[in-house]
Amino acid sequence: MQHLLKTPTGIKGLDEITDGGLPKGRPTLICGGTGCGKTLLAMEFLVRGATQFNEAGVFMSFEEKPEELSSNFASLRFDLNDLIDQKLLSIDHVKLEPSEIEITGDYDLEGLLIRLDYAIDSIGAKRVVIDTLEVLFFGLNDEDLLRSELRRLFSFLKSKGVTAIITAEQGEKTFTRFGLEEYVADCVIFLSHSVSHQIATRRIRIVKYRGSAHGTSEYPFLIDEQGFSVIPISELTLDHPASNERISTGILRLDTMLGNKGYFRGSSVLVTGTSGTGKSSLAAHFVNASCARGERCIYFAFEESQNQIIRNMHSIGINLNQWVEQGLLKFQNTRSTLYGLEMHLVVMYKLIDEFKPSSVILDPISNLVETASKPEVKYMLSRLIDHLKTQEITALCIDLTSSKEEKEGTDINISSLMDTWLLLQIMQGSGERNRGLYILKSRGMAHSNQVREFILMDDGIQLRDVYIGSGGVLTGSDRDNQQAKDKAEYLESKQEIERKQREIERKKAMIEVQIASLQNQFEAEKEDLLRLINKEKLRNELLLQDQLDMSKLRQADPTPKSSNSSEGSYQ
Amino acid sequence: MPNHNNSDKPKPQDSKLAFDKALLELGHEHYTFKLYIAGMSRNSQQAINNIQLICETHLQGRYNLEIIDIYQQATIAKQKQIIAAPTLVKELPLPARKFIGDLSHTKQLLAELKIISNPFQSKE
Repeated sequence: MQHLLKTPTGIKGLDEITDGGLPKGRPTLICGGTGCGKTLLAMEFLVRGATQFNEAGVFMSFEEKPEELSSNFASLRFDLNDLIDQKLLSIDHVKLEPSEIEITGDYDLEGLLIRLDYAIDSIGAKRVVIDTLEVLFFGLNDEDLLRSELRRLFSFLKSKGVTAIITAEQGEKTFTRFGLEEYVADCVIFLSHSVSHQIATRRIRIVKYRGSAHGTSEYPFLIDEQGFSVIPISELTLDHPASNERISTGILRLDTMLGNKGYFRGSSVLVTGTSGTGKSSLAAHFVNASCARGERCIYFAFEESQNQIIRNMHSIGINLNQWVEQGLLKFQNTRSTLYGLEMHLVVMYKLIDEFKPSSVILDPISNLVETASKPEVKYMLSRLIDHLKTQEITALCIDLTSSKEEKEGTDINISSLMDTWLLLQIMQGSGERNRGLYILKSRGMAHSNQVREFILMDDGIQLRDVYIGSGGVLTGSDRDNQQAKDKAEYLESKQEIERKQREIERKKAMIEVQIASLQNQFEAEKEDLLRLINKEKLRNELLLQDQLDMSKLRQADPTPKSSNSSEGSYQ
Repeated sequence: MPNHNNSDKPKPQDSKLAFDKALLELGHEHYTFKLYIAGMSRNSQQAINNIQLICETHLQGRYNLEIIDIYQQATIAKQKQIIAAPTLVKELPLPARKFIGDLSHTKQLLAELKIISNPFQSKE
C-alpha cells in the first residue's frame, strides 16, 4: 500500500501536528474567520517552500494586490519581490469588481484556469495558494455554475500535481461560508481567533486529514516577526529523563538544607509566599548561581521590568546585569494580561527553543490566573513543566499566595507538579515581620524539616536558625530577646536549685534537731511512766499485805498463807 | 487563432468625420470591443456570433472588435484580469465594462452597452 506522501510546510510546529506536512499533490482547505492568519499561513507555505525546499509557488490572490502582499510580508522579513525575481514565486492578483461585470449568458472559469496553468508552468511551481476563493461567489453570484467550476478547478489542481492551499472564510455553522470543504476532501485546517477575558488567542486545528495521523487538539499559534509558529503542545507524557545531577540554589545554607547539594537538575521548584517574603530574591540567587556556572537562564517576569529587577537585586548584592551583558541571562518581561495563556505558553516555548536555557524563572505564575481560569493555568503549567523536564531545564516558579488563605497551598493547586517546594512565610510578632523559610517537600532527597530565618543582607540572603523553644518559633529580635530571656531564666533556675538544696540541708538539720528533742521528751515521759508503774505495784502489794494482816486479826481463816488451798476447806 | 482588428485608432480627421456622421444617426459613439475566448468551445462560438451580430446590426461602421484566444495568449488573461470565458470587454466608450458569458442575453447587453438609448423606456 502506498504511503500518503506529504509536502512539508516548513512552518514551525505545523509539520509536527500534521505528521509531516500537507498532502502532496492535493488541495488543503484552510478556513477561519477574518484576521485569523489564513493568508499569512498560506504565504508562508510558499515562502518556506521556496527558501527551504526549493519549490516554486504560485499565489493567486483575490483580495490583496501583489504590492500590498509584498509590503505586508516585508514586515515579516519575507522578501517576496526577491523570490519573484528568482522565479520562485509568482503572484497573480485576480481583480473581481462586481459592479464592472455583467453576466450575459453561459460561461465558464476557463480564464482563471488558464492563468493558474500559465503561472504554474512559467516557474515550474509545486505549490499553489488560492486566497480566498469565495470572492468568486460574491463577484459572480451564480452558485450552481461556480460549484461545477470549482470542482473543475480542484481536479485541475490535482492533475497539475501541485500541493495547494485554498483559503476560505468561516461560515456561520459550517467551516466555510460556501461549503468549500465538500470539494476539498483530503485535508481541512481550521484557524480560530477567540477572545476570552478580553484576551485574544489564535488557535489552529486539523479538522480532517484523510489517510494520515494528525493531532486533534486545538493548538495555539503565534504570528510574530518570524512568521507563523504552531507549538505542538505535547500531550502530558511522563517519560522525561530524571537527572541525578544537583545544582546549587545559590544560597549555601539552602543547599545544606536540601541534602547538602541543592536542587536536582531539570526539576521543578516552587517558591510560594505572600508578598514581600523574598521570593524574587531567592530566584535571583538561583539565577546568579546558574549564570556563574556559565549556564543560560531565562527570567520570565510578569510583574516587574528588567531594569527594576536588576536594580532591586543589586540592593542585595546580586549583579544580574553582568549576565545579561554576557548573554547568559535573558529577561522576558510581559504583562500577563498582554495576551492569552496559550500565547504565553507559545512565546515561552519559542524563546526556550531559541535561547536554550538550562534554567528558567517564572515570576510569578500566580499572575497568569488573571488571564484564565485556575484549571486552565494548571493545565498550561503542567504542559510547560513537562516541556521543560523533557529538556532537563530546571524551572523555578514563583507563586504569590494571598495571605488569607492557608499557607501550605497554592492558589493554582500546582504543588503536585513540583518536585521541590519552598515556602516563605512572614512570621509576625512584637512589631516585627521576619521571613521564614521551610522546605515543604523535596522529592528524592533528604532535606531539612526545620524553619530557617531568612534575612536579606547587603550581600544576599542569609539563612539563620530560628528559635524553637517554649516560647514558640521566634525570629528576629524576638529570637534574640527570647535567647537572652532564656539565658536569664537558666541562671535564675540554677540559683533556685542551689537555694533549694540549701533549704533541704537546713530542713534536714532542723528535723534532726526535732527528732532529738522528741527523743528526749520520750525518754523523760518513759521514766515518769515507769516510776508511776512501780509506784502502783508497790501500792498493790501493800494493799494485799494489809488485807492479810486484817484477816489474821479477825482469825477468819486458819491458813491465811495460801488462799488457794483454803478453798477446799470451805466444803 | 486571434482575429486581428480591422484598424487601429482612427485618424483625427476620420474620427471627426465619423463623429459628425454619427450625430446624424441614432448612435453616435465609436465602440471598441475585445472578446476573450478560451478556444473554440460552444460558448466561444456563440459569443463571437452574438457580438458580431450586434455590431453589424447596431454599430455598423463605428466599432472595433478584437477576438483574443487566451489559450494562446495566457499572459493577456492576467494583464486584462480575465477570469471567465468568454469575456467581452467594452473598452470604449468609457467607462470600460466587462460582460461575461456567451452574450446571448441580447436585450440586456444592448441596454448595458447603451446602444439602445434608454433601456427603461424601450419595452419591446
